[in-house]
Amino acid sequence: MKLNKKTISTLSLLTLMAFGTPALGADFTIDELHSSVNFRIQHLGMAWLQGRFDGLRGTFSFDEADPAAASIAVEIDTASVNSNHGERDNHLRSGDFLDAGNFPLASFESTSMEIEGESAVVHGKLTLRGVTNDIIINADYVGSGDDPWGGYRAGFVGTTSVSLADYGITFNLGPASTAVEMTLNIEGIRN
Amino acid sequence: MEFWSQVNISRNTIKLKNTPNGYGLVARALHWGMALAILFMFGLGLWMRTLTYYSPWYNQAPAIHKSVGIILLVLLVLRFAWRLLNPAPDASYLKPVEQKLSHLMHMGFYALLIVLMLAGYFISTLGGRGISVFSFVEIPSIYVQKGLEDIFGFAHRALAYLLIAMVALHALVALKHHFINHAKTLLRMWHGDR
Repeated sequence: MKLNKKTISTLSLLTLMAFGTPALGADFTIDELHSSVNFRIQHLGMAWLQGRFDGLRGTFSFDEADPAAASIAVEIDTASVNSNHGERDNHLRSGDFLDAGNFPLASFESTSMEIEGESAVVHGKLTLRGVTNDIIINADYVGSGDDPWGGYRAGFVGTTSVSLADYGITFNLGPASTAVEMTLNIEGIRN
Repeated sequence: MEFWSQVNISRNTIKLKNTPNGYGLVARALHWGMALAILFMFGLGLWMRTLTYYSPWYNQAPAIHKSVGIILLVLLVLRFAWRLLNPAPDASYLKPVEQKLSHLMHMGFYALLIVLMLAGYFISTLGGRGISVFSFVEIPSIYVQKGLEDIFGFAHRALAYLLIAMVALHALVALKHHFINHAKTLLRMWHGDR
């Protein structure tokens, strides 16, 4: 089934994810090879430093009849931090930042969704360094449909901002660098 | 004697090579130069880890540490080659067990230093970047394995403490031979054969 942009815009985000699914609800497994967790943080207030976490996995699901019950759960390997500088990554994995030795996983689990058109406000809990806080991810639908290999995929992009001190990261990077902006590119394959 | 093995300065003869009575200038310069550099590196290594992000030394101190480290690695290889080409001074005044222990200590220093320095090299290069030696020479990364930096970092630190413990022992034994046994052990390395 082909979906064009016009059709999509008339449907809700999560209904789209269900498109072509006769049964109620569908579970998707995140395709790590087409998904990424990216972060950027100000460097000295002069530029943006861009990095990513290479290791992530997770699932999302929703019920066509009850879009608000949709959910997503993502797990990130903190040691997979990649800022294109081995020594810096080593520092980011240390106790000054991610403490990857003691906290190898960071996770996000949604608790509720507000859906409007192709966008959603995803409420959920982010756990990092053993600290769990409520955060909001602003998500946009990117696309969905049959892939060329017999599967069915759906993809989204989400953004949020994370205050480092909220998770016990107090290493002083300067006044412009107290929060990290996160961008999640998520593609799932329907189970 | 070959012309290059001795340099005449007025009436003193400076011997470059080792003799049965003492170490030559090359061995002594390498020994004391590297000893000073290693102590400096230990202090620098501890200190640079305490620097805050806004310290003027935050980038500079590790750069110096890495540059000196690469130079020390080259010197270590040269020193070992020099040692192989150049018999150490006569040690028969020591008891056999002392000779064995001192040989073990010296070989231990070489083994420990090479592993320590390679661990340091890998901390900096496992991510794929090389090491710039005082901005003159770029030592490339030869092996990339992200995430292994932690293990090499731990090894580098642990071996550094072990090295300093060995240095302390080495120095104590040298002082013991000098002041208690009144042996020429320290002088052979201090002013060589004279």
